[in-house]
Amino acid sequence: MEAALLYIAGALIMGLGATGAAIGIGILGGKFLEGGARQPELIPMLRTQFFIVMGLVDAIPMIGVGIGMYIMFVVAAGA
Amino acid sequence: MAAEGGLTTSGYIIHHLTNLTFGHLPEGFHRHHADGAVEVVGQGGTWTIAHGNEAASMGFWAINLDSMLFSVGLGLVFIWLFRKAALKATSGVPGGLQNFVESIVEFVDENVKSSFHSRNAFIAPLALTVFVWIFLMNLMDLIPVDWVPFLAQQLGVPYLKIVPSTDVNVTMGMSLSVFALILYYSISVKGIGEFIGELTLQPLGKYMIPANLFLEGVNLLAKPVSLGLRLFGNMYAGEMIFILIALLPFWVQWVLSVPWAIFHILIITLQAFIFMVLTIVYMSMAHESH
Repeated sequence: MEAALLYIAGALIMGLGATGAAIGIGILGGKFLEGGARQPELIPMLRTQFFIVMGLVDAIPMIGVGIGMYIMFVVAAGA
Repeated sequence: MAAEGGLTTSGYIIHHLTNLTFGHLPEGFHRHHADGAVEVVGQGGTWTIAHGNEAASMGFWAINLDSMLFSVGLGLVFIWLFRKAALKATSGVPGGLQNFVESIVEFVDENVKSSFHSRNAFIAPLALTVFVWIFLMNLMDLIPVDWVPFLAQQLGVPYLKIVPSTDVNVTMGMSLSVFALILYYSISVKGIGEFIGELTLQPLGKYMIPANLFLEGVNLLAKPVSLGLRLFGNMYAGEMIFILIALLPFWVQWVLSVPWAIFHILIITLQAFIFMVLTIVYMSMAHESH
């Protein structure tokens, strides 16, 4: 029972984190393309900023994946 | 897995995520050896290397030997390489190393110029150090997970974690250093009065000082915490996935670990870059008064 709850917890961490980041990076990429189509000469500058924000958004689901896998393969396997 | 013999899956993972910790065990502590024997620590305690979860009982003065060795070593590699390029620098036809170092220095310089507008000769070298050092520490993640720890085990070292940035002590140490610089420059450039004013008089005006202090205090303290934990979390998660791939049968390992390693080249550079950019931005905020 406890192990099953741990697996569900890990799955929720990874799934919800991925949902949020997917929406965020989707909006971000769309705006980046819009900005690039409007003013192509700004693309190099926009790309730098795009990667900064993408790294900020990307960090949380990445951490979530790590913690989720830790819960599933170490905590749940040991319980 | 084959290298470790009879260990369980979670034992293997935990072994890979344990630092080589040196510290002081208190008097009367019960040490459980692998063969089942129990040793009681004698009078005055003992300085030793932690096995299993003994590091939790070592208190404040425990030190992670592997993190210190690899982070300081990589820092020295960085200094040595860049000094070598600087000594041989020529205004004639540059060599490969000079081109490489020049492109990194120019890249950092451009970033500092675009987001830092005050005058301070310390910020660009700080940004360069942060970027290259964190990149080198993250780069250790791409070395196969079993390779160095296995060699060390053959030489009698029980634990070895070769990626310093997967140790929260290292990343929080760096972010707290940045935090100390934020406080130092806030006070020395703006003066203590204006710094306190910034913390207490915005954003709700002078009649709401407690609320302002709470909001600005959270804002200030969130900077080092998020800076350190972002780097730690990314590297820890990446390392975790490499370790899980290493548990699979050998014929699928390449299929998974090569794409993950290639993706990780992006992540390690991006995280080093973000740490650098945020350091510059925080320094810039510390210098500019409202």
